[in-house]
Amino acid sequence: MSQTITVTVNGTAHTAEVEQRQLLVHFLRETLNLTGTHVGCDTSTCGCCTVHLNGEAILSCSLLAVQADGCAVRTVEGLQQDGVLHPIQQAFHENHGLQCGFCTPGMMMAALGVIEQHPDASDEEVREALEGNLCRCTGYQNIVAAVRSAADEMARS
Amino acid sequence: MATVERVTSGGIGDSVLRKEDRKFVTGEGRYVDDLKLPGMLHGAFVRSSFGHARIVSIDASAALAMPGVHAVLTHATLPVVTGVLSASNPGGDVRHPEQAVLAKEFARYVGEPVAMVIADDRYLASDAVNAVHVEYEPLPVVVDAEQALAPGAPLVHAEYDSNLCKTLESITDGFDAALAKAPRKVTLRVHNQRVTPMPMETRGCIGDWSNSTGEVTLYTSTQVAHFVRTFISIVCGTSEAKVRVVTPDVGGGFGAKLNTYREEFAVCAASKVVGRPVKWIEDRTENAVATIHGRDQTQYYEAGVAENGRILALKLDAIQNNGAYNQLLTPSISHLTLFMVPGCYDIQDVSITIRQAFTNTTPTDAYRGAGRPEATHGIERLLDAIADELGLDPVEVRRTNFITEFPYASATGLSYDSGDYAATMDVALGHADYAGFEARRAESKQNGRYRGIGLSTYVEVCGLAPSAVTAALGIGAPGWEHSTVRLHPTGKATVITGTSPHGQGHATSWSQIAQTELGIPFEDVEVIHGDTAFQPYGLGTYGSRSLAVGGIALYRSLGKVREKARELAAHLLECSVDDLEWTGTSWQVKGSPDRAKTIQELAYAGWTAATLPEGIEPVLEATTFHDPPNFTFPFGTHICEVEIDPTTGRIEILQYTAVDDCGNVINPMIVDGQVHGGIIQGLGQALFEETVYADDGQMRTPTLVEYLVPSAADVPPMSLHRTTTPSPSNPLGVKGIGEAGTIAASAAIVNAAVDALSVLGIRHIEMPMQPARIWKLIEEAKS
Ligand code: FES
Ligand code: FES
Repeated sequence: MSQTITVTVNGTAHTAEVEQRQLLVHFLRETLNLTGTHVGCDTSTCGCCTVHLNGEAILSCSLLAVQADGCAVRTVEGLQQDGVLHPIQQAFHENHGLQCGFCTPGMMMAALGVIEQHPDASDEEVREALEGNLCRCTGYQNIVAAVRSAADEMARS
Repeated sequence: MATVERVTSGGIGDSVLRKEDRKFVTGEGRYVDDLKLPGMLHGAFVRSSFGHARIVSIDASAALAMPGVHAVLTHATLPVVTGVLSASNPGGDVRHPEQAVLAKEFARYVGEPVAMVIADDRYLASDAVNAVHVEYEPLPVVVDAEQALAPGAPLVHAEYDSNLCKTLESITDGFDAALAKAPRKVTLRVHNQRVTPMPMETRGCIGDWSNSTGEVTLYTSTQVAHFVRTFISIVCGTSEAKVRVVTPDVGGGFGAKLNTYREEFAVCAASKVVGRPVKWIEDRTENAVATIHGRDQTQYYEAGVAENGRILALKLDAIQNNGAYNQLLTPSISHLTLFMVPGCYDIQDVSITIRQAFTNTTPTDAYRGAGRPEATHGIERLLDAIADELGLDPVEVRRTNFITEFPYASATGLSYDSGDYAATMDVALGHADYAGFEARRAESKQNGRYRGIGLSTYVEVCGLAPSAVTAALGIGAPGWEHSTVRLHPTGKATVITGTSPHGQGHATSWSQIAQTELGIPFEDVEVIHGDTAFQPYGLGTYGSRSLAVGGIALYRSLGKVREKARELAAHLLECSVDDLEWTGTSWQVKGSPDRAKTIQELAYAGWTAATLPEGIEPVLEATTFHDPPNFTFPFGTHICEVEIDPTTGRIEILQYTAVDDCGNVINPMIVDGQVHGGIIQGLGQALFEETVYADDGQMRTPTLVEYLVPSAADVPPMSLHRTTTPSPSNPLGVKGIGEAGTIAASAAIVNAAVDALSVLGIRHIEMPMQPARIWKLIEEAKS
């Protein structure tokens, strides 16, 4: 069974016919070729697939594409503006907050959600808030530093 | 924490921000699942749901009748010429049971691939997997290695008379006498539990077989592209020269991708059948059962000790669970344990016996540290047990036993290159305020909590490996590494490396080495890897080898280019090579800065070849195959301080201090990142992670819900420091750092927890130290 949906992704409206059972993450990756959003598990546990739906960080593996019909989605590809990195991207780079990079898009989207809700979050609070995003490479220390420095930078600008 | 200012460009020793990062933070990384080839189909595997069973029949008719399903392949129809091969035969006579690409007559672990479905997309492929009906006749199962070696155990492979794969032994002549003479004996049993590597990117691959040319391209998430190519050619029965293996970005490996897997062969063979590219992406549940596991070794230690804590003789009897088959290096992993049993201690009389068993479980193989964490965890627990038994300070027992003179010939046949174990321990003791600990313990006690402190003083063997040694160890592969340095007419440089980074930042570190050694600015260097079509043979990334072997291969190629440039400069400047000096960026006539040629000018002159010295070929380019003369031996001290809440059993890490010595450092920021990640993987094993099988062979931890990978909320901040003892074995004085954290961490954390609970008479705790286990231990100890 398929259905026609319209989803605005990173500011561009896309209309497509999708299978009703298609996951949002596969719609982004395979239909729209936005492969920056990754899949790391099949139990909604790893956070690699985190995107923003109508401004809120969600797991795109636990939503059907049809459920996003009429919604606005922001993915990692929508972060940089005119070739300038978003502060969260810059902070991950400057704090060595990534190694293999696989968790990074989901981690940054989740972190952005945290910063938007709690711009003054402490290290402890950042750690608690990112509990649903696993990284196997970094041991998280530099990720926490990156999120704190991005929060500072975003508060300044 | 020693922070070195981060910069955007630099040479050896600078914390240069990574040139890899931009594509990853913008979502432009290209992992294997991001690739699409024209006409590509999707594969999925029917996997055994039994730990041990005879395959009675496979009925694919319902699956084949589904629209969009192209083929269902089984052992009988998959066009391969042999099974999966192992490159590991330590000591000779290792039993290598046949491992067909798709199970032949028997399935021997849950998750073993039995059939492969090819369909239009991954959803259809997965539907079709469910429609394939396999009839199994269940057989008796054994999952525990000790039980597998007991008389009368069910046989995993009926062609052998037992489940023994191989016994490894190293017994010194004087051992019996030394043990008999020792006034005190200390024994300890340690189970180093089975864990799963769990890189955030699972495995995945695309096979693309051209039936017109016979060429096959495999895109795969691997650490060892050339090994994979060699094995594809053998298993699929085609010329190695027709096989191309491409490694796109790899989302973590930790040893899980240091292998050659059935699915890699299967996608190639399947592509040959359907005449179109075939992609397979492992899901997380498959990853838990079908990708190698690590550890699973049970150790029985006995130490003969003098009253002052000096170890006079050391015995280890261990049982290693190999799983159902030998993967690429399975029998060699516990051989690495054997090497490192004495750790950083001067113990010349040892008796080590490691029996490897087949069981009805997923094969074990290299997981970050690969055999060495087992050795380190065991010996570091034993040192604390000795201190406890003799009423000594664990620090002093270590000091009494440290190796102090280098090079040091170990009882297991290694030559430790350099070290200063006591100095590193003292730095760590200072940072951790070891002297002030008892006051902190008393404070916790007042709050009804148990506080403990624990050390791990580790040494590891890295820089795998001198090829003569790998041959002597029965590994059917060498240990050298390749590099090519190519200067372009415009003065830019391409570095081709045989290493296979998947998070380690080689593009950055290798560019730093090139800037320092050849004077090409960091930003003018491009590092490429990961395609066997243009690379000379490379051995890949594992065993903390990339810098100590691949980095030295690069260093030597840079030196060759620099020397060739010197001859060219002498020719152009009409002087002798002996009249020239290297400024770091140019060759100049000694004392005459106005008579000089920059490396960029020389690159152009070499390319135009308008005038070349006698016997010199055009172009500044050099290739090196570097075979290391020895391993390297990084070392250090990690100290962990914990507090345990007896009402919950939860262990809180209050302070984690690491002092590592990996020789000279190319990029301190990257080294710190490796240590952070390594420690947290060791911590994961110490506190949370365990791959559990039920007695019937079912896996109890098949997803990230049951298998607890630490999150940011579960782990402490770490305080990192370094000492620097260069390795004399290579010209950069480097050692390796990828595995150190994992090797060191688990023992420091368990020693701290045991120390905390020692007031209750608790002498040992097995991993993982989950709250329920700790709570129960405390309750039992109290009653
Ligand atoms: S893919 Fe793991 S949470 Fe979505
Ligand atoms: S950077 Fe590799 S999983 Fe986070």
